[in-house]
Amino acid sequence: MRLNPVTPELQQRHRRTGWLLALVGAVLLIGSPYLPWAWSDDALDDMTYLFGPSPTQFLGLALGAVLLVCLLAPRLLARVLAGRRARWFAFADGAKAAALGALVFVAVVVVGIAVELGGLVNVRYGGWIALVAALLAVAGTMLLPRDRPATLGGVRSPGWLVISTIAVVMLVTLLLVAYALDEDDPVIFVALLAFVAGVVAVLLKLGVGPWFSSQTARHRGVLVASAFLVAFAFPFTQDGSEANMSIATQVLIFAATALGLNIVVGLAGLLDLGYIAFLGAGAFVAAILSGSAFSAVGWNPPFIVTVLISGVVASLLGLIIGSPTLRVSGDYLAIVTLAFGEIFRLVMINLDGSDGPDLTNGSNGIPGVPDLDLLGFDFGEPHVLLGVEIGRFANYYFLLLLVIALIMVVFANLNRSRIGRGWVAIREDEKAAEAMGVNVFGLKLFAFAGGAFLAGVAGAVRAHHDISVTPDQYIFLESAFLLAAVVLGGMGTIVGVLLGAVLLRLMPEKLRFVDEYRLLIFGALLVLMMRFRPEGLVASRRRQLEFHEDDEELADKVDPTVTRAEGAR
Amino acid sequence: MSTEQHEVQFATAPEGAVLLEARGVTMRFGGLLAVNAVDMSVRSGEIVGLIGPNGAGKTTFFNCLTGLYRPTGGQVSFAGRPLPPRPRKVVQAGMARTFQNIRLFQNMTALENVMVGRYCRTSAGPLTSIVRGPKFRREEAATRARAQELLGFVGIPEAGESLARNLSYGDQRRLEIARALATDPQLLLLDEPTAGMNPQETRQAEELIFRIRDSGLAVVVIEHDMRFIFNLCDRVLCLVQGEVLVQGTPEQVQSDPRVIEAYIGTSDEGETGDA
Ligand SMILES: Nc1ncnc2c1ncn2[C@@H]1O[C@H](COP(=O)(O)OP(=O)(O)OP(=O)(O)O)[C@@H](O)[C@H]1O
Ligand SMILES: [Mg+2]
Repeated sequence: MRLNPVTPELQQRHRRTGWLLALVGAVLLIGSPYLPWAWSDDALDDMTYLFGPSPTQFLGLALGAVLLVCLLAPRLLARVLAGRRARWFAFADGAKAAALGALVFVAVVVVGIAVELGGLVNVRYGGWIALVAALLAVAGTMLLPRDRPATLGGVRSPGWLVISTIAVVMLVTLLLVAYALDEDDPVIFVALLAFVAGVVAVLLKLGVGPWFSSQTARHRGVLVASAFLVAFAFPFTQDGSEANMSIATQVLIFAATALGLNIVVGLAGLLDLGYIAFLGAGAFVAAILSGSAFSAVGWNPPFIVTVLISGVVASLLGLIIGSPTLRVSGDYLAIVTLAFGEIFRLVMINLDGSDGPDLTNGSNGIPGVPDLDLLGFDFGEPHVLLGVEIGRFANYYFLLLLVIALIMVVFANLNRSRIGRGWVAIREDEKAAEAMGVNVFGLKLFAFAGGAFLAGVAGAVRAHHDISVTPDQYIFLESAFLLAAVVLGGMGTIVGVLLGAVLLRLMPEKLRFVDEYRLLIFGALLVLMMRFRPEGLVASRRRQLEFHEDDEELADKVDPTVTRAEGAR
Repeated sequence: MSTEQHEVQFATAPEGAVLLEARGVTMRFGGLLAVNAVDMSVRSGEIVGLIGPNGAGKTTFFNCLTGLYRPTGGQVSFAGRPLPPRPRKVVQAGMARTFQNIRLFQNMTALENVMVGRYCRTSAGPLTSIVRGPKFRREEAATRARAQELLGFVGIPEAGESLARNLSYGDQRRLEIARALATDPQLLLLDEPTAGMNPQETRQAEELIFRIRDSGLAVVVIEHDMRFIFNLCDRVLCLVQGEVLVQGTPEQVQSDPRVIEAYIGTSDEGETGDA
């Protein structure tokens, strides 16, 4: 991928000029927040003051500071980072990322001011200076020669350091999410996203990211536990406010479903375009068995039983669809599942009693699904926990966390088993896998029906969460978004798919304008991703290889024996 | 453990018992008769060579035996029982193969490749795998140990953590043999195991095949390297245009004028014969 038109020779020749340019850019970036960026305080937060940076302007300052550190560190820290440590960090690459991040950030803010106040005339000199500074920084860092890859990822650090880093990262994540959700100006939200993306990119390039992932691999339990702790703590930051919790539960439902789909698509490599139908099947079964006044069935078993029935019904549907189609290889499955999704919706609309049984009340669906009552715990009632009011949505939030934990355990354990190896083998070479005695059809069918089961379970919870279940909640577009979350986030990874799901679900919620154009924006996003990073935001090592078949350098990098030999040196 | 001599136990059939019995195996692709009524029987502890000019149908015959193709005629039985043309059933019955064009799982490590070979001899189901109880852990550990043992047996004990695609060509061929051995076969089908190897690697492959035979397995090997075949095999079949031309001891086949003619004069012979 050659995005940078500057050749290495040019970089060698003009490295000092580049460094100076970038330095000027960084200093201006740090200075510009003290100048007014806008004429009116109606845009974003108040950016009209001289010498009074707003929180958003501070983010620009922070990116400038990061850039400055990356530029000066090799000189200032030369004494500390000598010898073997000299290659720990890739400061030039970090600087490039910081400059690019700053440019995106400033551009978002400037465009945001123009859009919110109606025209670029509303941008004052501070904003223009920031933009010029960011451009200078990008131009300057382009002229810097690239570093060799940072070696920090191979450095072993003591446990306390890793664990406290995990704690800090989790805490920052929690505060950031709470802050971002509280922000109702869409431009600030996007600018915040750009800022976070910029910082993460810098950390990755610098070598801190690889260090974090390699070190936390040794403390996986701590990482997972603290992630859940943070997720668990989130409702307590909301102070009883239900608005954000409602968004959060929707995000979790979406994430749980995406994780289930990830088993089908990411592990077994089966393209399922009708996955939402399994969620719908679970939801309808749960609604019918919920004791709702509009349900045609009087039976109302305990929720544990309902969940199992929902899952089993969904997986039976999976078996019916899968057993004829999974025998043939090729794109048949995609076509059949696409059709199945539509058929499901139409059947639900038509099961209204006019032709055949009345199960779903047609397109009206089943309203009035009562709130869950598990072991005397009423999900509809607010409860006070640790002095904080936990409302209805927060109750569901906790239950959904449990469902997600379940799906994650299923995903991770299957992945590290004989069955997971079989799936990889099938993705790699189906014929060879078959010739080695792998039960290709059985494994595919299991992934398909098992994924359907998990969707059914998630659907059962969703029915109670949504109160009403209608066929038009389960349209093809939802399947497409689920698939987009899996692909964007990173097929076959848990973290990636969670990230993809959160981003795809949160953005339209926070950004009204994205909601209108979301098909356009996501389409463009997918195209860009497929061009520049087909393995997704978070890449599993194997997927990375599958997408970059002929990248020998990557193969060497991923090969643990090669890396270990290098680390020993 | 740096020497190549790793002793490994294999489950084997009694010496001399008939393992594979192919009767009149025929494979027709449209108008092309790729394999025509081929008979072959293999006893345990035997190395059988399969030779023949390019396009003679050797690989196709292997594919018929292992269920990758469904033969259009004939019967295959293994250890006295008829063998359905389904790859999984074939492996389960005790016949494993390698491929002429290496077909490893390139982006898996060498060890994982061999562990995939253990798939049909292990039983952990979905629930066991999700719960990861002691039985699952024991089976997983045994699988790993056996795979490592086999890597040692074929002479690449250090390659376990390397990606298959990063191995040298010769090591990839060995890995394919290890993967096939992992299925606990009684009969191993090798399709041109020395293709593309240098003389030294060829010698090592020869020695490996002898060791496989000495541990009680039967081997059928396709090769173009005649010196290799005549060194190695107890019996040789020469296939020409899908039919068995000659079979016998290496000496008999080597001196048979028809074999020499088939190799040297195929093209014009074939065309006049067909017309
Ligand atoms: N799937 C197929 N469809 C049609 N024809 C095929 C197919 N597979 C093989 N053939 C044909 O069958 C004949 C025998 O091919 P095969 O690969 O078995 O030869 P071979 O003896 O293994 O040759 P080589 O020594 O070159 O490997 C060839 O003419 C080939 O083109
Ligand atoms: Mg061949």
